[in-house]
Amino acid sequence: MQDNIKSSSYQQLEQKSKYTNIFLRWFLYFVLILFASYFIFPLYVMIVTSLKTMEEIRQGTLLSWPSGLNFDSWAVAWGGRGYGAGDTFLRPYFWNSIKMVVPAVLFSTFIGAMAGYVLTKWRFKGDKWVFLFLLFGCFIPYQAILLPMARTLGVLGISNSVIGLVLVHTVYGIPFTTLFFRNFYVSIPTELVKAARIDGAGFFKIFFKILLPISAPIIVVTIIWQFTQIWNDFLFGSTFSFGEAAPIQVALNNMVLSSTSVKEYNVDMASAIIAGIPTLIVYVLAGKYFIRGLTSGAVKG
Amino acid sequence: MFKWLEKNLPKIVMAPAVGLIGWFVYGFVLWTLYISFTNSKILPKYELWGFGQYEKLWASRKWLISVDNLLVFTALFLIFCIVIGIILAIFLDQKIRAEGVLRTIYLYPMALSFIVTGTAWKWILNPTLGIQKMFVDWGFENFTFDWLVNREMAIYTIVIAGVWQSAGFVMALFLAGLRSVEDEIVKAAKIDGAGLFTVYWKILLPMMRPVFFTSFVILVHISIKSYDLIVALTQGGPGISTTMPALYMTQTAFHKSQVGLSAASAMMMFMAVAAVIIPYLYSELRRENAR
Amino acid sequence: MKTLKIEELSKNFGSTEVLRKINLEIDEGNFLVLLGPSGCGKSTLLNIIAGLETINEGNVYIDDYNVSKVEPKDRNIAMVFQSYALYPSMNVRENMIFGLKQAKVSKEKIEEQLEKVAKFLQVDSLLERKPSQLSGGQRQRVAIGRALVREPRIFLFDEPLSNLDAKLRVEMRREIKKLHQQLKTTVVYVTHDQTEAMSLGTNIAIMNHGVIQQNDTPENIYNKPSNTFVADFIGSPSMNLIKGKLKQNSDKVYFIANGSNFEIPINGYNFKEKKNLDNKEVFFGLRPEHIFFKKSDEKDFEIILRADLSEYIGHEQIMTFDYSNQEVLAKFPSTIKIELGKEIKLYFDLSQTSLFDARSEERI
Repeated sequence: MQDNIKSSSYQQLEQKSKYTNIFLRWFLYFVLILFASYFIFPLYVMIVTSLKTMEEIRQGTLLSWPSGLNFDSWAVAWGGRGYGAGDTFLRPYFWNSIKMVVPAVLFSTFIGAMAGYVLTKWRFKGDKWVFLFLLFGCFIPYQAILLPMARTLGVLGISNSVIGLVLVHTVYGIPFTTLFFRNFYVSIPTELVKAARIDGAGFFKIFFKILLPISAPIIVVTIIWQFTQIWNDFLFGSTFSFGEAAPIQVALNNMVLSSTSVKEYNVDMASAIIAGIPTLIVYVLAGKYFIRGLTSGAVKG
Repeated sequence: MFKWLEKNLPKIVMAPAVGLIGWFVYGFVLWTLYISFTNSKILPKYELWGFGQYEKLWASRKWLISVDNLLVFTALFLIFCIVIGIILAIFLDQKIRAEGVLRTIYLYPMALSFIVTGTAWKWILNPTLGIQKMFVDWGFENFTFDWLVNREMAIYTIVIAGVWQSAGFVMALFLAGLRSVEDEIVKAAKIDGAGLFTVYWKILLPMMRPVFFTSFVILVHISIKSYDLIVALTQGGPGISTTMPALYMTQTAFHKSQVGLSAASAMMMFMAVAAVIIPYLYSELRRENAR
Repeated sequence: MKTLKIEELSKNFGSTEVLRKINLEIDEGNFLVLLGPSGCGKSTLLNIIAGLETINEGNVYIDDYNVSKVEPKDRNIAMVFQSYALYPSMNVRENMIFGLKQAKVSKEKIEEQLEKVAKFLQVDSLLERKPSQLSGGQRQRVAIGRALVREPRIFLFDEPLSNLDAKLRVEMRREIKKLHQQLKTTVVYVTHDQTEAMSLGTNIAIMNHGVIQQNDTPENIYNKPSNTFVADFIGSPSMNLIKGKLKQNSDKVYFIANGSNFEIPINGYNFKEKKNLDNKEVFFGLRPEHIFFKKSDEKDFEIILRADLSEYIGHEQIMTFDYSNQEVLAKFPSTIKIELGKEIKLYFDLSQTSLFDARSEERI
C-alpha cells in the first residue's frame, strides 16, 4: 500500500518536472532569439539598404527585400561617381587607414611584448609600480591629452599626416599591449627562464628563442585588439588629420554628414559596411581571440 | 661598461615604454592641468590665472547640459547593459544549442566602430524613412517615432545605440564568470533542492560580485569617454540637447578656440574617470597580491 | 530490502563508454567505497546515484523504489564534494540550512537540526563565518554538516579528503569513521586512495575502465584479489607477480618461474577448478610483506635470491631481488643489514599465495 503511494508520488514529480522543463526551454529560446534579432536588425538593415535604389528605399520599408543584387551604391561609396570636385569616396581613406594601422599595430605590439617580458621575467625593485604606471594609460580620457598632442605633432611637423597618427596610436596602444603580454607571461613558469639562463642564454636570446615561439596566442590577441581599436578610432583621426590624410572612419563620417544634395542612404550604408568590414571579418574569423582580448583587456584593464 | 650594460639591460629595454607613457600620458595631462589654470585662447599662454576657467565652465549652460546628459546616459546605459548582459549570459548558460552562433551575434557590434554603428542607427531612427515609416506602412497610421529630432528624446536614441553596441560585452564577461564557477557548487545546490531560479539568484549571482564591479567600471568609463557615437548620431543636437562632456571639450578647443576652457573641461573628465578607476586598480592589484 | 541497488547500469558520454553493466547492492548501514584510478568511472557512478547524471541503460533503486528519473532533491540523499562546494556568498549557518529551507521545513525544526549538527561537528562557534574565512578542515566539517542536517538515507562522498594536506587527511579520515560508527547511515564513498578505502569501507568496489573488478570486504580484496588488476592496485609496494608455468604431478602442483628450473610447491591453495593445471601459464602472486628474512614458521618455503637494490624508508626497507630476471620485492625491518649483489636465503609464506591465469588475468 505504502509502496503505491510513494511510487505514484515519484511519478507525479517526474511529470511535473518534465512539463516545467519543456516550458522553460521554449521561453529560453524565445528570449534568446528575440535579443538576437535586436542585435542582427541593424546589420540586416544596412545590407539590405545598401543594395536598394533610392526609389526602392522611398517606397519600401526598412525590412523590405531589395529587388536584386544591385551593387551600384557600393561602387559609388568605394570609387565615387567620377566627376571632379565634391566627389568624396572611401578608397583613398581606406588605404590611409591601412597605412596607419599596420605600422602602429606592429610597433605597439613589439614594445608591449618586450615590456611584458621584462616586467615578469626580469623583475626589479618597484616593477609593480612601473606596471601600474603603464596600466593607468589604458584608462585616461584622451581629451586630457588632445591639446598638447596637437601642439607636439605640429612642432614635429607631422600633424595632419599618417605618420602622426601612427605615432599617436603606437603610444596609446602601449598600455594595452603591455597588459596583455604581462598577463600572459605571468602564467609561464619562470623556471623556463632560469633553465635557459643556466644554459647560458642571454636576455634577448631567451626572449626570441624561448618566449616568443610560445607567445603565438597572445600575439594574435594583441594584434586583433590593436587592429580593431586603431581601425575604429575616430577621436584621434578627426582631431589630428583632415582632408587627404584622414583615416576611413573620419571619411565615412564626413561623407554621411555632407549634405550637398539629396541624402543617399544606400550609399551611406554601403560606406558604413565598407568601413566596418575589415574588423567584422577579423571578428568572424578569430572571434575567440577577439573575445579573449576584450575580456582580459577589461577584467584587468 | 659591458657588465653594466648587461646588468641594466632589462631596464634599458623597459625605458622606451616608460618614457613614452611618462611623456605622452603623464606629461601631457600635467600640461593640460597647467593650461586649465591659464587664460589661454587660441594659443596657450603660460601666466597663471587661477580657477577662472573652472568658474566659467560651471557657469556655462552648455556644460551643465553636457553633465546632465552624461548622468542620464550613464545611468540608463549601465542599467540596460547589465540587465540585458546578465539575462543573455544566464540563458546562454543553459546548454543551449547554437550557443556559439548566438554569442557571435550578441557580440559582433563590439567589433564595429561607433561611427559605423551611429550611421546605421541614424538611418534606422530617422523619422521620414526609418522605423516610423515601417510601422506606418504596416498599418499603424498614427505611429510616430521622432526621438532623433526631438530635443527631449534624442538622448535616448544614443542610449539605444550604445546599449546595442555594449550589452554583448557585459554578456561575455558574465558568461565567463558563470563558467568559472566550480561545477560542484551547482551540483550541491541541486541536491539541496534549489530550482534554477534559486541557483542563480541566491548562489551564482552573489558570486559574480567582481564581475558586476568590472562591468560597472568599464561601462562608466565608456560612457564618460563617449564621443564618436554622438558625433555620428546627433552631432550633439538637436540644438545642444545631446551634448556630452567629450563633445563639449573638442568643440571648445578646436571650433571655439578656447583652449583654457577646454583644458578645464578635460580635467573634469579626467577626474571623473580617475574617481572610478583608481579604486578599481587598487582592488585588482590587491586581489592579485592575495593570490 | 536493499538501501541501494544498481542494476545493469550503463553510461556513455557520446561514443565513449564510461560505465558498463554495473551491478551493485548495499545493505542498510554499510560503508561502500568505490575505489579506482582516475577516469575509471567511479565519480560518474556516484553522480548517477545522486541523480546529477542521466542513465543510458539500467536502473537505480533506493529502498526498492526505482529512482532512475527522480530529481536529486527527491532522492533522500546528501553529498559531500571534493571542493566542499560551500556557497561562497553565504555564511556557515546559511550554508547548512539552505537545503532544509528549500524543502520548506519549519523554522523551529531547522533551528533544532542546525544546533544538533553544529554541536556534533563542533562548528557551532563558526556559524556566522563565510567559507573563505575557514580553514580546510573546518570547510570539510561544514560540508559534512550541510549533508548531515538533512538526515538523508544515503550519504555520498566524492573524494572528500583529497584537497587536505596529509596530516589533516588522516585526522578527518578518523572522524568520518567515527561518524559512521555513531550514525550508522549508509554511505557510498569515492576515492582513489587505497588506505582511505581500506580503513573506512565495510565493502570496497574496485573499478577500472567502467567495470567493477571486485566488490568485497577489505580483507578479501587484500588477501584474495580476483584478478591481477586488483592485486596490483592494492598494497604498497604492490603484489609481486612472477610469470611462469604450473606443473602438475598426480596430486601435487608446482610453480616454475620462467627461465628457471626451481619448483615451488603449491600446497593447500584453494583452486577454483583443479583441472588442466599442467603447463598452464600463470602469474604467481605474493605480497612483499609475505617474504621473510628469517624463518618464522615451519611451513615457510626457503629460496635463494640475489639482492639488487635497497630502499630505506625509515621504519622499514624495501629490497629488490632478482628471481631469474624478474624483480621480486620484499619488505624487511630496517634494522637488518643486507649486502647487495650477494645471494641470500629468503622464506616465502606460501599460504598467502595468489595464482592468476596469465591470459585472462583472473584468479584461478
